[in-house]
Amino acid sequence: MARNYIKPVLSPEEAIKSVKEGMSVMIGGFNYGGVPYTLVEALEKAGTKGLTMISNDTSYATVGHGRLVAAGQIKKVIASHIGINKKTGEQYNAGTLELELVPQGTFVERIRCGGFGMGGFLTPTGLGTKVEEGKQVIEVDGKKYLLEKPLRADVALIRAHKADRMGNLTYFGTNRNFNPTMATAADLVIAEVDSIVEVGELDPNNIVTPGILVDILVVKGDNYYAART
Amino acid sequence: MLPVLNEEVVRNRIAKRIALEFEDGDVVNLGIGIPTLVSNFLPADKRLIIETENGCLGAGPEPEEKDYRFIGAGGRFITPLPGCSFFGSDMSFGLIRGGHVDATVLGTLEVDQEGNLANWIIPGKLLPGMGGAMDLVVGAKRVIVATTHCDKKGKSKILKKCRLPLTAVGVVSLIVTEFAVFSIKDGKMTLLEVAPEVTKEDIRANTEAEYEEAPEVRVMQGVEEPVTEAK
Repeated sequence: MARNYIKPVLSPEEAIKSVKEGMSVMIGGFNYGGVPYTLVEALEKAGTKGLTMISNDTSYATVGHGRLVAAGQIKKVIASHIGINKKTGEQYNAGTLELELVPQGTFVERIRCGGFGMGGFLTPTGLGTKVEEGKQVIEVDGKKYLLEKPLRADVALIRAHKADRMGNLTYFGTNRNFNPTMATAADLVIAEVDSIVEVGELDPNNIVTPGILVDILVVKGDNYYAART
Repeated sequence: MLPVLNEEVVRNRIAKRIALEFEDGDVVNLGIGIPTLVSNFLPADKRLIIETENGCLGAGPEPEEKDYRFIGAGGRFITPLPGCSFFGSDMSFGLIRGGHVDATVLGTLEVDQEGNLANWIIPGKLLPGMGGAMDLVVGAKRVIVATTHCDKKGKSKILKKCRLPLTAVGVVSLIVTEFAVFSIKDGKMTLLEVAPEVTKEDIRANTEAEYEEAPEVRVMQGVEEPVTEAK
C-alpha cells in the first residue's frame, strides 16, 4: 500500500476488504483484552475464508476472533493457547484445522524478528520438549538454545487506544499485549482505536507505535467487548 | 493411605505455605488455580510485585467491578496498584526469559524427581497449549509447583519420570503439596517438611518419586493444627 502522510479513516467494512481469501492475518489480543473486536466482527460478516490466523489465543467460540474459527473461516491457527475455544480443538481433532502451538514468549519474539529484520532468535524455551522437534539446536558459550524463525503476516488487525491522523498510537491498560509488536510485522496494518485526534495532539512521549507502521485507521464500534475494552 | 482433606483446606494450606517463600519486593508470577490464592496469605510487611504475563507488573486483587481494560493472565480481572506498569508482550517475556522474575508459582499435571514438569497437553484428550508456561518455567529464577499430592484416583502426582509431554526439563526448585514440601536441586529431590497429620512413612508410601530426607524434616511451616476431620 502506498504510504500516506495522513492515514485514511475507513469504516470497518471498507477496511476489512483488504483481507482476501487465503491470507495470513495477525490479530492482537490476550484473552478478552486488546482484541480489535470491530474489525474482527467485520471480517466475520465478510465471510472471508481460508485464513491463517496468527493470534496469541483463539478467544472463546462466541467471542471476538474465536467466532472466526467457529464460522469455519480459519484454515490454520498459529497461537500459544487454544484451551478456551472448544471449536479450535474440535476442528483440529477432526482434521479440518491446521494448528501450530508456539510458546507465548517465542510467539511474540518471532513476530518481533519478523518486524525488525532479524533472521530469527535463540531461546532456551522449549528445549527437551515437543517444541524442539524439527528445529536446530545451537550452542553458544556452552549453553544450548533453539533457533526460532521470524513470523510475518499479510495483514495485522490491531487494537490501540488513541490515534492521531498520522497513525501514531497509544495504548491503554492490558489491551497493549501483542498489538505494538504485530504492528511491525505485516504488509498492511489496520488499527482499531477508541478515538482519533489531530496531528500534534498526542504527547510524543506517550506514543508507543509510530504512525509510519500503520496504514488504515478504524474507530471502534459498539459491540459488547469493543465498547468495554 | 493419606487422609482426605477438605478441598478448601488443601488449596489454602498449599497457598499459605508458598506465601512463606517470598521476600518484600519479590517479582512473582502466579498461575491459575491454587497459585492465585498465594497473595491472600502474605503478611503486610511483604509486598510482592505481581507480574501477569499479558503485560503488567503490580497487579492487585480482583476488583468488585469488572473492567476489561485491566485483566490478568487466565482472564481474571485485576486492580492496578499504585506503581503498577503496563507493557507489551515482548517486554513481558523479555522480563520472564531474562531472569527478571524471581519466582513463578504454577500447578501441574505431573512433576518428577529431576524437576521436569508436564502441564500443557494430554495427547488425544486435552490440547490447551502451553501459553506462557514454557517461557515462565525456563526464565523465572525459582519455579514453585503447587499441587495436590495425589490425583483424583489417589495416584502420586510426584513421579520418578514424567509420562506426559514435558513443559520443560529440570526447572522445578520447590514442590508444595497439602502434605509435604520437597526441594529439587541439581537433579536431587529432598523431603523438607511434612504436614502434622501424616508421617514421613505416609509420604514415602504415597510418593512415586525417589528422594532423600533432609537431616531434620520439619512440620510443614504455617500449618499450626493437624486436620482430623475427613471430607
